[in-house]
Amino acid sequence: MSNRVKTDRIVITAKINGDERTFLADERDSLLEALRERIGLTGAKEGCNNGNCGACAVLLNGVLVNSCCVMAAEIEGAELTTVEGLAGPEGLHPLQQAFLEEAALQCGICTPGFLMASKALLDENPHPTEHDARFWLAGNLCRCTGYDKIIRAVLKAADQMGSNGR
Amino acid sequence: MQPVKYKRATSVAEAVSLLQGGGEFARPLAGGTDVIVQARERRRDIDLFVDIKHIPELMAISHDANGVTIGAAVPLHLVYGDAKIVSQWPAVTEAAHVIGGTAIQGRATLGGNLCNSSPAADSIPAMMVLDAVAHIAGPNGKRDVSVREFCTAPGRNVLALGEFVVSISLPKPPAGSGGAWQRFIPRNEMDIAVVNAGVWVQLDGANVTDARFALGAVAPTPIMVPAAAEALIGKPLSDATIAAAGDAAKAAAKPIDDMRGSVKQRKHLAKVLTERTLRHAIERARGQA
Ligand SMILES: Cc1cc2nc3c(=O)[nH]c(=O)nc-3n(C[C@H](O)[C@H](O)[C@H](O)COP(=O)(O)OP(=O)(O)OC[C@H]3O[C@@H](n4cnc5c(N)ncnc54)[C@H](O)[C@@H]3O)c2cc1C
Ligand code: FES
Ligand code: FES
Repeated sequence: MSNRVKTDRIVITAKINGDERTFLADERDSLLEALRERIGLTGAKEGCNNGNCGACAVLLNGVLVNSCCVMAAEIEGAELTTVEGLAGPEGLHPLQQAFLEEAALQCGICTPGFLMASKALLDENPHPTEHDARFWLAGNLCRCTGYDKIIRAVLKAADQMGSNGR
Repeated sequence: MQPVKYKRATSVAEAVSLLQGGGEFARPLAGGTDVIVQARERRRDIDLFVDIKHIPELMAISHDANGVTIGAAVPLHLVYGDAKIVSQWPAVTEAAHVIGGTAIQGRATLGGNLCNSSPAADSIPAMMVLDAVAHIAGPNGKRDVSVREFCTAPGRNVLALGEFVVSISLPKPPAGSGGAWQRFIPRNEMDIAVVNAGVWVQLDGANVTDARFALGAVAPTPIMVPAAAEALIGKPLSDATIAAAGDAAKAAAKPIDDMRGSVKQRKHLAKVLTERTLRHAIERARGQA
């Protein structure tokens, strides 16, 4: 197959987790590859590499996307939030705290994706019903924990964030 | 990933020239939810992505007296996030809502769903029954093609070298009409349709004055089912005429056996889904849903 072209090293500048960053990548890198292999942000995980599992989910200009289905070159000039940007200076994000308290993870491979997808859900809909949360998270797969605990954690975080006004 | 180059176009003319220059191995990059995976898995031979998301026309939704024009690269979450599109063309937003999950809908587009030209593409039957038109730009200028005539074979369509879809228009639905879309999949979300169906009807009291039916995943391309429309037009609505439309859909379906469903199941589903979707479209035409 295609070895007709040679891809270039490219310089990408984007705001990642609040910091303006400039890094080198290969033109053919997916965003997931660039995050993990070029800039050492290994929070986003590779589960399927084809858009089905959500382990690689990040927020691109505030919108939930699977980073394995984005080219790194596409983020030039964009704003990106990965799981590394979730906790604030005051500690864990309420979603992260709720996942710990509700034991909503086992091996943890799916967790960064679930956290980012849940963050996107609560940004858009601060008081989701259980059905809202299950439908929204349908693109995130977990092979160990079971979805009930994850949904419980998300709803708990929503409750807590509602009462703290966060 | 195989070596694939990336170029960002900022105007329609620039995209045409990049696509033309790239030749047969150049591809527009919209949401990338089909094409990035295809390139990685080497299911398509691609050596240049032309990113079309920085072209203003491709990202705009514009409503006017004739209907709506949706930029081909507008992500689905903005399509079903547009209250006017939801209220006037719910068949399209019903499909947009179930294409992949949330993270897919943050990127995937109607243009990409159309141009990937899968026989099972969810939005295509909805657009077909709503008389959608694809506005195409290319080396020889602009042309319009009805979405009904767009797909030619699995993964193939009418686009020539250097051509791409700029936007898709949906004409304003006439009074007393209603459209709907449904699919059947084994789970509730995140799967490819075993069969999908789009229906549009126009009523005058209890009589059907016009109707259009489309089915997906029952032939090499999404198909129109004129025989189902003939079974209804000019007739009063009744369980018998609705069943006749369903029978016509079953007869028109020419599916294959695969891991998602058998010929027998798909033909059965063509009937059941057509009737269900028709009933929903009728409720909408009557202003009840
Ligand atoms: C996990 C997952 C679940 C999915 N679920 C569904 C589903 O339920 N139903 C469904 O129908 N599909 C589904 N898909 C397939 C895909 O998401 C849709 O077909 C989507 O609409 C493609 O849009 P895109 O913008 O991402 O296209 P892209 O991947 O960017 O492009 C698709 C093809 O069209 C071409 N193209 C894109 N835009 C244009 C244009 N404007 N002019 C000319 N050519 C163009 C590209 O070159 C490419 O060949 C799924 C995919 C994944 C990964
Ligand atoms: S690794 Fe991206 S969706 Fe699975
Ligand atoms: S905790 Fe292991 S995949 Fe979810």
